[in-house]
Amino acid sequence: MKPAPFVHHAPVSVEEAVSVLGEVGHDGKVLAGGQSLIPILNMRLASPGHLVDINRVTGLDSVEVTPEAVRVGALVRHAGLERSAEAYAALPLLRQALVNVAHPAIRNRGTTVGSIAHADAAGEMPAILALTDGVVEVAGPSGSREVAWSDFFLGALETSLAAEELAVAVRFGRFPAGTGTAFTEAARRHGDYAMAGVGVAVTVTDGVVSGALASFVSVTDVPSVLDLGPALDGAEPGSGEWDAALDTVAEAVRGHVEPEGDIHASADYRRMLVTELTRRALPRAADRAGADT
Amino acid sequence: MTDATTGAETLHDVTVTVNGVRRSAAVPARRLLSDFLRHDLELTGTHVGCEHGVCGACTVLVDGAPMRSCLMFAVTAQDHEVTTVEGLCSAPDARVAPTGESMNPVQQAFAECHGLQCGFCTPGFLTTVTAYLEENPSPTSEQAREAISGNLCRCTGYQNIVKSVLRAADIRTERAAEELS
Ligand SMILES: Cc1cc2nc3c(=O)[nH]c(=O)nc-3n(C[C@H](O)[C@H](O)[C@H](O)COP(=O)(O)OP(=O)(O)OC[C@H]3O[C@@H](n4cnc5c(N)ncnc54)[C@H](O)[C@@H]3O)c2cc1C
Ligand code: FES
Ligand code: FES
Repeated sequence: MKPAPFVHHAPVSVEEAVSVLGEVGHDGKVLAGGQSLIPILNMRLASPGHLVDINRVTGLDSVEVTPEAVRVGALVRHAGLERSAEAYAALPLLRQALVNVAHPAIRNRGTTVGSIAHADAAGEMPAILALTDGVVEVAGPSGSREVAWSDFFLGALETSLAAEELAVAVRFGRFPAGTGTAFTEAARRHGDYAMAGVGVAVTVTDGVVSGALASFVSVTDVPSVLDLGPALDGAEPGSGEWDAALDTVAEAVRGHVEPEGDIHASADYRRMLVTELTRRALPRAADRAGADT
Repeated sequence: MTDATTGAETLHDVTVTVNGVRRSAAVPARRLLSDFLRHDLELTGTHVGCEHGVCGACTVLVDGAPMRSCLMFAVTAQDHEVTTVEGLCSAPDARVAPTGESMNPVQQAFAECHGLQCGFCTPGFLTTVTAYLEENPSPTSEQAREAISGNLCRCTGYQNIVKSVLRAADIRTERAAEELS
């Protein structure tokens, strides 16, 4: 199907974009890569009167690495972030997760910030923003503000962004030295939205775990982080103690997630999947933590 | 959006470089790039299957990178370079099916290896694989599968398409060697 008619705005600066968004209010939508929005428009699940196309806005297309974070502008495409050598060196988790986001042709156009603003519970990057304790940088009519990930995601497809606000960038936090990460998911076909997925970060100090976190895809309504420290802290990866701790982890994951069943997978199957995926991801992350130190 | 008195939609003058030629048309903002190519520019090589990004039939190269033309508006493509399946070959008239050496290596490989049956999905595979081989000139068969994972084909069962990707890589190498000698 085809989209309903709309008025196209093509601002060239953040100020102009915000002022147009302010004028059109709830009848307007930001158009970034369009890889989530245009299917919705084509199927007429939404028909906003105004689209504020930010593709011509200058200054939003850079990836910057600082000692604390990887900052990704609103026009950085998934593929651009995936290929960035600096981003990979600072936070390998980004590429580990991004290769699971749709197919290359979609990643060439879709933006990472757009997928976070879209806040799909099946999206990989919202979960990664949570796992890295990330922040969304927002510009609005009354100036700019920063929103911590935990205040950003309100529900499935729902964020604390106001209609007249633009997300200009996100900052993914970097992990302490000695941290290894892994991301894994299960989809019916590679590149499809996952039935379940998990990203993990394991910090190893003097040969034993000193911190472990996990964040999930498609099995929680909003991104959330599960602290696996209580189960894994003090365990030496690969030891008998570690194997026993993984059973405790599995129990914790089963209790934490709240999957819903649909045509692709039942709730029980998703819960089983995500538990198994977490078991597999943790040793990989722990290995990489070892390689790092 | 629409004119209050006539009900007509506002038109935008859109100019896009398609297959190396500057092409313009006046279209409403909601015109998808796929429809702009097919209806306004009459380049019907680009096929439209699902219009929500899943099938890959509409894939074109935008500034050299494969993208879904059904998930982009023509107004956003203003001043960008688009390559459609018609632009892959060096035949003088893009609307006549190319033959022999005028076919690009991927087109030749699909013809040789029976990488198509009905041909509906083919334009999307040809653009996708052409761009892929630019970056990865000698894929393994595993990588060839991965490269086409975003394109659906209801006819072939994919085996011959994987063969075509590998054969296209060989043809590229052969042609490069011929040019040198
Ligand atoms: C076939 C297919 C498969 C896919 N598979 C996956 C997958 O496996 N995993 C996954 O995570 N995603 C998947 N996607 C979606 C893809 O990742 C999108 O790129 C992403 O979700 C949205 O980014 P975008 O730039 O395209 O945003 P758009 O589609 O332009 O916008 C999405 C929404 O976010 C808002 N928005 C965008 N940018 C901003 C901003 N800067 N400030 C404020 N609001 C903004 C828009 O108004 C809109 O409501 C898939 C898409 C397709 C078509
Ligand atoms: S028509 Fe564009 S992906 Fe199917
Ligand atoms: S050849 Fe018929 S769909 Fe692929």
